[in-house]
Amino acid sequence: MNSREKILRTPLYDLHVELNGKMTPFSGYEMPVNYSRGIIKEHLHTRSHAGLFDVSHMGQVRLTGVNVARSLEYLVPVDIEALALNKQVYAVFSNETGGILDDLIITRWGEDEFFLVFNAACKKQDLAHLEKHLPAEVNIEFLHDRALIALQGPAAMDVMAQLAPAAKDLVFMTGCFTSIEGVECYVSRSGYTGEDGFEISLPADQADRIARFILTFDEVEAIGLGARDSLRLEAGFCLYGHDMDVHTSPIEAGLQWLISKSRRLGGDKQGGFPGADVIFDQMTSLNCKLRVGLLALGKAPIREGTELVNDNSEKIGVVTSGGFGPSLNAPVAMGYVEREYALAGTELKALVRDKQLPVRVSDLPFIPHRYFRG
Amino acid sequence: MSDTRFTEDHEWARIEEDGSITVGISNYAQEQLGDVVYVELPDVGKIINAGAEAAVIESVKAAGDVKLPVTGKVIEINERLADEPELVNSSPQDEGWFMKLEPENAQAITNLMDESAYGEYIDKL
Repeated sequence: MNSREKILRTPLYDLHVELNGKMTPFSGYEMPVNYSRGIIKEHLHTRSHAGLFDVSHMGQVRLTGVNVARSLEYLVPVDIEALALNKQVYAVFSNETGGILDDLIITRWGEDEFFLVFNAACKKQDLAHLEKHLPAEVNIEFLHDRALIALQGPAAMDVMAQLAPAAKDLVFMTGCFTSIEGVECYVSRSGYTGEDGFEISLPADQADRIARFILTFDEVEAIGLGARDSLRLEAGFCLYGHDMDVHTSPIEAGLQWLISKSRRLGGDKQGGFPGADVIFDQMTSLNCKLRVGLLALGKAPIREGTELVNDNSEKIGVVTSGGFGPSLNAPVAMGYVEREYALAGTELKALVRDKQLPVRVSDLPFIPHRYFRG
Repeated sequence: MSDTRFTEDHEWARIEEDGSITVGISNYAQEQLGDVVYVELPDVGKIINAGAEAAVIESVKAAGDVKLPVTGKVIEINERLADEPELVNSSPQDEGWFMKLEPENAQAITNLMDESAYGEYIDKL
């Protein structure tokens, strides 16, 4: 963010301050890192009960226009035409060198209508990307008057059953229009914690009231960005700008699963997205770095930027996210290593304060996902 | 009688009756750090200069270092922090102490802020 730009606040800013949120600048917004109980307790509460997250800083966009599905396919390696009504898909905007411009969730709202949610830090760039590459007949509507909140954790379903009974039967990665306390909203069964849960897109001017109402449920506590980060790290999810960027491809990031069969080599809509050649080449050869989970064998957290070396002290990788996993009660990290070191169980050393600390390559996620699939 | 002094970097140092100095971090510091998950302490016997990094403290979100307000030899470390780093949060100026030093010059700490001066200092932050 340009430092001269004014720092923004979400519609829930007053609530964060009232709840004693420790506010910090994040992607151009003043956001709560944690509230009074602290990151570890907030994290554990989300895994055992339910947490309410303000993610209103994220970009929400509605696309409409004839053949908009086909047009979107020029930007993402996903079969958008095949996406059913009210289904969601995880995707990336790729660039010409196979790198990732941003990751996003695409939801089909109608035959020629889609809802996109992308990262706060990439908002302007993503909008420019859409404007540049989508045909003129596609209408791009930035939903700046919408807030976004997430309700995550095993108790989320029981709470949702009381908020919006229609939404409680949704399965993972589907959504519906419904209302909560008389407020129209779009609820989807999705999230960034690895837990069952929901994301609720709603009018910004109603967000404060609805968030306060959800917090009246005994099971629900407000959760800050700190726990959001430790939850997603344990769940093995990439954070854009850290675990992926324009220098990492979906293959390197371990996201080949998001490339639809029809868009792969030999598929009936093969390629046709930016960087397809590079991505196909990597899919075939796997001759690239790869994202892996890393478990420290000691107790010291291994932070982003830490170099990884092999037994000969040669640098073979780098940590891209790392910290403490409260559910594992141990340090957790992820990073990129050369392909030959990517096998789970491989022991490496992390260079921390001039010491070589042992780490072990681990499968992701660290904590099994607990989605509701019906 | 003990005399606890504070640095601008939020360490505290206390002269004990035997002339040793106990060092830790202040309540303000632990509040800023959040949940402490790891403390790396020096080896007993190590001589550390004033202002040099003596310990590393890691919270869920970040790592920070602890500098000594006086030069001295480490004579004891708080072994409990290895398994209970959360003591730094729950009891920063008592059970969450970091190390004891045999100082080169114990009186050097009297140049640091006393409790009321430190209180005024953090009020302005």
